[in-house]
Amino acid sequence: MDLHLKVEVLDAKTREQLCFLDKVEPHSTIGDIKSLFYKLYPRWYPARQSLTLDPKGKFLRDEEILQSLPVGTTATMYFKDLGPQLGWTTVFFAENIGPLLIYLLFYFRVPYIYSDRCAFTSSPHKVVTMACVCHTFHYLKRLIETIFVHRFSHGSMPLRTIVKNCLYYWGFSAWLAYYINHPLYTPPSYGEVQVHYAMVIFAICEMGNFSIHLSLSHLRGDRSRGRRFPVPSKNPFTWLFFFVSCPNHTYEVGTWVSFSIMTQCLPVAVFTVLGFIQMTVWAKGKHRAYVREFKDYPAVRVAIIPLIL
Amino acid sequence: MSAAAQGTSKAAHGDVAPKKKKGPGALATAYLVIYNVVMTAGWLVIAVGLVRAYVARGSYHGLYYSIEKPLKFFQTGALLEVLSRVFLTWAVTHSVREVQSEDSVLLFVTAWTVTEIIRYSFYTFSLLNHLPYLIKWARYTFFILLYPMGVTGELLTIYAALPYVQKTGLYSVTLPNKYNFSFDYYTFLILIMISYIPRKSIGRLHFPLQKSAIRKTGYTG
Repeated sequence: MDLHLKVEVLDAKTREQLCFLDKVEPHSTIGDIKSLFYKLYPRWYPARQSLTLDPKGKFLRDEEILQSLPVGTTATMYFKDLGPQLGWTTVFFAENIGPLLIYLLFYFRVPYIYSDRCAFTSSPHKVVTMACVCHTFHYLKRLIETIFVHRFSHGSMPLRTIVKNCLYYWGFSAWLAYYINHPLYTPPSYGEVQVHYAMVIFAICEMGNFSIHLSLSHLRGDRSRGRRFPVPSKNPFTWLFFFVSCPNHTYEVGTWVSFSIMTQCLPVAVFTVLGFIQMTVWAKGKHRAYVREFKDYPAVRVAIIPLIL
Repeated sequence: MSAAAQGTSKAAHGDVAPKKKKGPGALATAYLVIYNVVMTAGWLVIAVGLVRAYVARGSYHGLYYSIEKPLKFFQTGALLEVLSRVFLTWAVTHSVREVQSEDSVLLFVTAWTVTEIIRYSFYTFSLLNHLPYLIKWARYTFFILLYPMGVTGELLTIYAALPYVQKTGLYSVTLPNKYNFSFDYYTFLILIMISYIPRKSIGRLHFPLQKSAIRKTGYTG
């Protein structure tokens, strides 16, 4: 008895048969199918293939095994081209290098941004230099984390998304850097006190955010003990896990709120609000996923703001 | 609707006395605002009625799938259209008194008015299940003339407002200030004018696309 399966791949839109695979091992994965498909169509590397059992259905994950799927001896799959894909590391790198460098262009008052006589001058206000240090530190930290700390779940992201994301982050950093480093910048109303308090909160939130990223990365790295949800550790910064599912986002919001207070700049506040909304959406999604997956998930936890949201 | 038409003919016949130059401008604008708000509310009521009629008759599953994507895409455009009309009425025509007597205002007012008369008759007849072919034909055909007319009127009006906005610094915030923020309404208006190119070419496609989608599905409203 021939235990092998046959796989035919049809174009999801035109239903035209793109390939027919004979003698496929039943324990092959979707990833294997994608590799075979890639050999026939070198343009469509595995990361940009979407294979589904139903033309309108959800795409199958690479780890899925053929014989566990509801198919007969001939599996029919539908292919969709997801477009050019970029690795997450590349995406994060591009998103963060922009703001880092763009802000510095404004800090050093490179010509053509402000009036000619202000080119390469520096602001008399200490807070402007402090803001530059904080902003630069924040993005340097993110870049380092991208390279050494983060472990990404999906392999890649479509090209269009990265363009959109870069426009957003780069654009906003240019907008807020313009005002903070402007010759007519007005320092905060409560002076040094306001700036110093804000800096302390900024430092706490940055350390907190880093602690959480480390903790999450250890969780992911340690596959031997199966899937677990993050819990507080000896590091006091991780104690926020008692209250929220995504303390990394909580700390990030804190960072930007403190930066808004430090600079007393409306565009920074706008960026903070928009970032808060986006991160709340992400946090709520993650929270829901945790609750669904783990029966013993702590009931007191909420998504992003302790006891509230 | 008839009052707006009256207002149009009044201006055409030059019945307005010189010292009343600013009066009818504000009055006509106020009328237009109320008119548009009432019509929007009316549209919503009609829309709800249409939905309920659908539900009563049974599933229209296949029909919806055919027009779903373009409809969703262009309805969002239609929402922008509504927002742009409110913007033009309040933030331009009402705020800059000097443009209220411009011919360009007449142009887009007429275009909007005629479009809306045809559009609301279309919806009303659809709801009553008795849509005269004439109305459907009129809606899609007049569109070809009224759309460019409306766009031209709107653009000219914004353009006419520019010098006054620059001179008076209307709705603008300058540095230095406590919150380190600035906004230049003049530049904003220019950007709006530039945005007409992509926005209106999409809108221009809305009707022909809707028309062909409806023809394909045989939907007669």
